[in-house]
Amino acid sequence: MNPGVLTVYRWELRKLRAQKRTYLGLGAAALVPIIFVVALATQSGQPDEVAFGRYLHDTGLAVPLVLLLFGSVWMFPLITALVAGDIVAAEDRHDTLKGILTRSVERQQVFAGKVLATFTYAVLAIAITGAVALGAGILASGFNSIVSLSGTRVSATEGLGLVGLSLCFYLVPILAVASIGLLFSTVFRNSAAAIVGTLMFSLLVQLVGILPGLGALHPYLLSTQFNAWQGFLRSPIDWGPVIRALWVCALYAAPALFAAVLVFLRRDVAGD
Amino acid sequence: MPRVTPQAIPIEVRGLVKRYGELVAVDGVDLTVEAGDVFGYLGPNGAGKTTSLRMMLGLIRPSAGEVRLFGRDPQLGVKALEGVAGFVEAPSFYPYLSGRENLRLFASLDGGDALERIEESLGIVGLAGCAKDRVGGYSHGMRQRLGIAAALLRKPRLLMLDEPATGLDPGGMRDMRDLIRELSAGGMTVILSSHLLAEVEELCNRVAIVRSGRIAYQGSLAELRAQAGDSYLLRTSDEARARAVLAAQPGIEGLEATADGTRFGARDESAVGALSLALADADAPILELSRRHATLEDLFFSLTEGDAPPPAAPAADGAPRRHPVEAA
Ligand SMILES: Nc1ncnc2c1ncn2[C@@H]1O[C@H](COP(=O)(O)OP(=O)(O)OP(=O)(O)O)[C@@H](O)[C@H]1O
Ligand SMILES: [Mg+2]
Repeated sequence: MNPGVLTVYRWELRKLRAQKRTYLGLGAAALVPIIFVVALATQSGQPDEVAFGRYLHDTGLAVPLVLLLFGSVWMFPLITALVAGDIVAAEDRHDTLKGILTRSVERQQVFAGKVLATFTYAVLAIAITGAVALGAGILASGFNSIVSLSGTRVSATEGLGLVGLSLCFYLVPILAVASIGLLFSTVFRNSAAAIVGTLMFSLLVQLVGILPGLGALHPYLLSTQFNAWQGFLRSPIDWGPVIRALWVCALYAAPALFAAVLVFLRRDVAGD
Repeated sequence: MPRVTPQAIPIEVRGLVKRYGELVAVDGVDLTVEAGDVFGYLGPNGAGKTTSLRMMLGLIRPSAGEVRLFGRDPQLGVKALEGVAGFVEAPSFYPYLSGRENLRLFASLDGGDALERIEESLGIVGLAGCAKDRVGGYSHGMRQRLGIAAALLRKPRLLMLDEPATGLDPGGMRDMRDLIRELSAGGMTVILSSHLLAEVEELCNRVAIVRSGRIAYQGSLAELRAQAGDSYLLRTSDEARARAVLAAQPGIEGLEATADGTRFGARDESAVGALSLALADADAPILELSRRHATLEDLFFSLTEGDAPPPAAPAADGAPRRHPVEAA
């Protein structure tokens, strides 16, 4: 069989499985919901000012939703950047590009494999958070119906479907963050710089979002897209923010990936 | 994609230049490595050996000039590296994977039946015993061996090695030399860079000597040796007069005053004979006139050190510069 993107992808996954940072990221994705639910269970109060916050004691379905809101500030961007910012830069750290680029796969195939592996990791991180949050939440608060953002009550099973849909859609902005992490990883060739850079980017965008007078930009900020899933929790579903998130995130991700590919294809592989 | 014919030239490099800002790391290198050669790429630190090899492997872009491997341009993609393997500088691996896993990774990226050659390659370089250990714990020499194993996975027809013996213990060096000889006998073309003249002398049939990014000599070792032998030492009772005679004598060149007398090169032996007669005529009695077999080492230093700039135009392939050698 001729080696190609899938070969690189498989090995990138194998490499991720052999690295501590992968488990650090996925571990955090699992641990945060547990800590959250434990803290919640030991207290009678709840964060009323957050959407779904006041239902936390009524139904486990509210737990992943509150985590999605809270996690968009820096937790999920950090978990994503941990691998996205490292996956190219690690080759520079270990000086291994000269080894893999003199085999029988083209540079663009190597890069594509890395993008796929990064996205797989991000999907896994969100899936783990979602599953653990649901599991722990249902254990603590029960599997009960939930009130949508429009004020209508949604049955537990339907609510579960909507939570799943929201988690899936949360991946749209997450993959945009991953793409930016990949760009920084490729350009900086240093994983700490790329991880911090990705996080800084994510925080700066949020800062722009709260500056007065820049309200017109608000719908087009990456941070805003982290709330787009809330459209699914209205009845009827509000497709406006959902559709906008799709193309706004593409506008962040595509140029980032394109620039990263160009740099990766053209760069000199010399120890520096 | 043109079919690669066995007789295609393994390496052809024309006018290769690499600039890093002001610094010209490789400065107009022309190189031809023929099938079956064990080619030594010799030069001091910073001469541009690694940079040249990186360009040959398609890892960095030349500022000018081109490379052909079996007629294909490595800048255009990895197709050009079919049948080619090697490494530059110390070979690197993923420290968190075992030696065997690293080879499996490379073999997967090679495709074909590379995966089936892993154990054999590990055996050849003597790493079968520690292949299950993480490379992070390998010594420098073990990594060097693993680098060779990784190259052998590709079953190359052209092997490029950048200072393959660095970090190896004496036994490892001997094994490395034996291996290169064996591979060469099996029909493999090899280019290896080195600063060790002895290593190159023992292994290579042809050499290029680089200095500051330029080729100072390129040709067979035999020709280089012949060139190295072509030096004489003269001591007379009247050095000043002798120097004048030497300077006027046809076929005598490269005068150099030393503590022992005057060193010079001669076009041939008859020029030396004529010189002795001329000295007698000029009333400068000869106390000593002897042929000096300068070692390759001397020649290497004279080609790679000193203030004299390297020749503007590198020697044509196979024809050493300086004095033409007649009886090569
Ligand atoms: N990535 C780089 N950026 C800037 N300068 C570089 C780079 N790589 C090499 N150089 C410079 O190019 C010159 C040639 O370096 P190169 O590594 O090719 O030498 P070398 O012949 O392999 O030396 P050595 O025997 O020490 O390995 C050196 O002066 C080096 O400083
Ligand atoms: Mg070098």
